[in-house]
Amino acid sequence: MILSLSKDAIQVVKEQDAVFLKNRVREVAIKIKMGLVNQTKLITAASELVRNMLRYGNGGVCLIEVVTRGRDNGIRLTFEDKGPGIADVGLALKDGYSTGKSLGLGLPGAKRLVNEFDIKSKPGEGTTVTILKWANG
Amino acid sequence: MDRIPILRMGNFLLVTIQVDLYDRLALTLEADLVQMVNKTSAKGVLIDISAVSIVDSFMGRIVGNIASMSKILDAETVVVGMQPAVAITLIELGLPLKGVHTALDVEKGMNLLKNMIDVDEDQDQEPEEDDSFAE
Repeated sequence: MILSLSKDAIQVVKEQDAVFLKNRVREVAIKIKMGLVNQTKLITAASELVRNMLRYGNGGVCLIEVVTRGRDNGIRLTFEDKGPGIADVGLALKDGYSTGKSLGLGLPGAKRLVNEFDIKSKPGEGTTVTILKWANG
Repeated sequence: MDRIPILRMGNFLLVTIQVDLYDRLALTLEADLVQMVNKTSAKGVLIDISAVSIVDSFMGRIVGNIASMSKILDAETVVVGMQPAVAITLIELGLPLKGVHTALDVEKGMNLLKNMIDVDEDQDQEPEEDDSFAE
């Protein structure tokens, strides 16, 4: 059972918003005493996902939640955009696949950096990516 | 617009990144740096990222690009001061930064650059000696 303790929604429409979002995630991570390596992993994953949201989804909203499952605390981030969606999610999660000119490491890399990763996408409607990192995970 | 300053020190260009980079800033740095290498005929580029807490795939690619572009313009690139947490994250992300020289701090980075450039100059001279032997 994972309970949500606090919620904070941040609009992301331009690149500088991404900087603000990363700082906000860091503040929350420090508050729940997440270690430096886990903080760095979580924020790097967030950085990849927020870039995807800006580049492919014309921006969107990021929800920052502090969650708990008893003794462990963690941070759950939900990135929601109303962009064109992803036609083949399985392919998008493969290393080295990109429809842009990037390295194709964003989605699969972000997945490796967090404890839980979930992606839902419908072509024409948008994409929602949820990641969760436990403070000691 | 924000810009990251590039300092010239003899044959080298020095860049210290003190702010959180966003994509456009990183792209501007890439363009500025490559232009500076060309303009000053620098032999080495030293990038200090000790104040950078996040390097994601985009930033990693820019660093790789700067190294390859400088190489074509006959300059070596050394990245110094990477935080341990950043190194761990880069490897898990799947970005081993191949082809980019690294050093622990600015001093070691400077020595590495100097050595690399010395070696290059030695190699340039070697073929002539070989020729004289052949004759």
